[in-house]
Amino acid sequence: MKNLLKKLTLPVLAFSMALFVSGLLVAFSDSQVLALKGKPLSMIAKAFSTAGGAYWALFRGSIFDPSLAEKSFIQGFYPLSETLVAASPLILTGLSVALAFRAGLFNIGAQGQFIAGAIGASWVGFTFEMPVVIHAIAAIAAAMLFAGIYGGVVGLLKARTGAHEVIVTIMLNYVAGYFLLWLLSTTAFLRPGRQDPLAPEVKTTARLPHLFGSELRANLGFIIALLVAAGVWWLLQRSTWGFRFRAVGANAAASRTAGISVGRTTTTVMFIAGALSGLAGAVQILGSEPAMTAGVGGSFGFDAITVALLGRATPIGTVFAALLFGALRAGGLTMQASTETPLDLVLVIQALVVLFIAAPALIKAIFRLKSVDAGQTVASKGWNG
Amino acid sequence: MSLELRGITKRFGALTANDSIDLKVEAGEIHAILGENGAGKSTLMNIVYGLLSPDEGSISVDGKVININSPLDALAAGIGMVHQHFMLIPVFTVAENIVLGHEQVKGPGFLDLETARKEIARVSAEFNFDVDPDALVEDLPVGIQQRVEIIRALIYDAKVLILDEPTAVLTPQETDELLKNMKKLRDKGAAIVFITHKLREVREAADKITIIRRGKVVGTASPTASQEELASLMVGRPVSLDVDKAAPQLGEVLLTVDQLNIHDHTGRALVKGVSFELRAGEVLAVAGVQGNGQSELAEAMVGLQEHVDGKITLAGVDITRSTVREALHSGIAFIPESREEDGLISSFSIEENLILDLHDLPPFANGPVISQSVVAENASKRVTEFDIRAQSAKDAASSLSGGNKQKVVLARELSRPVKLVVASQPTRGLDVGSIEFVHERIIAERDSGRGVLLFSTELDEVVALADRIAVMYRGEFIAIVPADTSREELGLLMAGVKR
Repeated sequence: MKNLLKKLTLPVLAFSMALFVSGLLVAFSDSQVLALKGKPLSMIAKAFSTAGGAYWALFRGSIFDPSLAEKSFIQGFYPLSETLVAASPLILTGLSVALAFRAGLFNIGAQGQFIAGAIGASWVGFTFEMPVVIHAIAAIAAAMLFAGIYGGVVGLLKARTGAHEVIVTIMLNYVAGYFLLWLLSTTAFLRPGRQDPLAPEVKTTARLPHLFGSELRANLGFIIALLVAAGVWWLLQRSTWGFRFRAVGANAAASRTAGISVGRTTTTVMFIAGALSGLAGAVQILGSEPAMTAGVGGSFGFDAITVALLGRATPIGTVFAALLFGALRAGGLTMQASTETPLDLVLVIQALVVLFIAAPALIKAIFRLKSVDAGQTVASKGWNG
Repeated sequence: MSLELRGITKRFGALTANDSIDLKVEAGEIHAILGENGAGKSTLMNIVYGLLSPDEGSISVDGKVININSPLDALAAGIGMVHQHFMLIPVFTVAENIVLGHEQVKGPGFLDLETARKEIARVSAEFNFDVDPDALVEDLPVGIQQRVEIIRALIYDAKVLILDEPTAVLTPQETDELLKNMKKLRDKGAAIVFITHKLREVREAADKITIIRRGKVVGTASPTASQEELASLMVGRPVSLDVDKAAPQLGEVLLTVDQLNIHDHTGRALVKGVSFELRAGEVLAVAGVQGNGQSELAEAMVGLQEHVDGKITLAGVDITRSTVREALHSGIAFIPESREEDGLISSFSIEENLILDLHDLPPFANGPVISQSVVAENASKRVTEFDIRAQSAKDAASSLSGGNKQKVVLARELSRPVKLVVASQPTRGLDVGSIEFVHERIIAERDSGRGVLLFSTELDEVVALADRIAVMYRGEFIAIVPADTSREELGLLMAGVKR
């Protein structure tokens, strides 16, 4: 328990610092606050109310909205449900990046793998007629297989030719994006009677059921993401595969010397990492965005890198980091709509959280902490592998 | 000129590397600082040379306290240092290396090397150093490169010369040359600080000996002290330097290596046409100066080298093309040269390091699941058997001392069914106690009928353990000689001189 407190101190303080600094930014970029230049007291008061207003909007957009609760109490949690919807794919892509990290690989390709998975899930979802549960499972399996292969190729190339995974995955992100764009113009993926790039909707038999009634969009995808996070933890800490992943990640030379095949391990890790990102794509398509567009990937794959870093490449950390990012995403929209604060501020908060987490020395200096467990920052490991 | 250190203390976090050290070195003497690896010798000298600053204490030259904040200050005060790893630029000539940092010009932008050449020629002639100012450093043998470092110190008028483990990279003949030159410098009035852990050299060259243990001066000795006395002072308890071993009980031919060639990825030959046989119950030691192909040959035994041709047969089975895993499971224990890089995963716990090789086989794995209890049980058994000193087997391997790290590697490698032990520099950087342990273990393996292929650059180790000695020079086995061959002859062979 004491240990847990110690571990939490740093992220909590980092988050508070980020909120504080962002609050200053919001307040002092507001024209009304600046107009009170001559009167310091009322200026400070106005600054507080401006920043407070923005954060209240952020809360209403991500967790609970009292005005919505007037209709029905459960409806008040609509924002929380949106947070879960945004977090589910992020948890999975975050796990994909975190797993690769632990094996010493920098998977920048979660974006491309996400798209490969979305294509697989979408295609199986709108093409075939299947009974309820089986259809969803088939769509998920197709997504994981497509994306697994898409990621595995990277590992294979690295093992066979030494091609660096960072370069290869970045390039494959472009390939996936443009392939999707082309696919959406083919007759197979064009919705009958439409000319714009929009795939047919996934059949209802393949959809993931909602968790809290049809009003809230939160769906089974979130439960899947949590279960998979537990699974990744088990894989890393308890299985022979995970032992090899961690061994190769921590010291490839010693692993090779002890008889572990580094190439085979690299390929396996990248296959699984790809499959996890692919699952994220499937959750997005089958859960909340049944009609695939060219923009299906959003920035799930890229935010995943930040999420994994923030979560220190551990499954549990990744889950919490993804929830935080999901909340910021969901809340940012409300904040922009109801106050003058631009959506970009959410990006600033995200950036500041990462900055403060990545620089534990800074937080320690500010709060004069001595023995806080800063853990390992995973930062740029893997770049030179 | 005399150098005096008073109360020098240096801490790195919780570790006190130097604990109020007092030392006085007079002109015209060779003062040996003797201590084990990690005793704090190099830290002390880096303080004197201005690379580290002390937390407490003062340095004085000729009775006057001086401030040394950088190597430039040290040079100005007349203190020169020859580092263990030479600070030379390989693609520069000797003269260019020597003027580096003190470049003189003749007219704007024109480097004046003429003065440096003359100076080098003068010093070189004075001490019979035989160094060509225009030779490229990379073309020179290691012993000559070291002379370049000494010349550099002398040219800048160093009256106190610090030599940090100067013999680590030298052949026995080069070592003799160096000791001779040190005496010559001393006779001309230089004060020489000679840092080492090699007892033989200390007794041969030193005038005074100061012994450092765990950051403290624990005593002084005269060069007439016996090796055992010096070793006991260094370690802090009585030690035996001899390895007890009976005559070998030779068995069948275990390992046959036939015309083995190894290339690097650019096609350069690293090992050329090596052939030998090793019997069960025998220690074949491969001696040689570092970098003559020993590392590659050792790695090739377990499939860690890619471009290998020839044939390696272990107990009748061709293992030339085996994967590392196949080689290890065919009965080879492999003690790699660098335990930090190749032997252990520092961030893994001791118990995890003990199962790196067998983690996916019963009893450790049950299908895809690693059994935590079996892993822990195995660890506690090995920790006792190999006397691994650790707080807990769940601690990271990085928390162990060098000797205990090596014990973890030994414990892992010797716990498989083993026919052949391939050990590469198994005692490098270890303290005397751990060296004893490793040596006893190697002899125990031999006596239980296993073959041992030992690679070592320490001639003492080779002589103590070997039943036969192969000398490796530029990738070839230049000779395989009996264990009682004289050191002089071995030294000549290591320098590539065939009788």
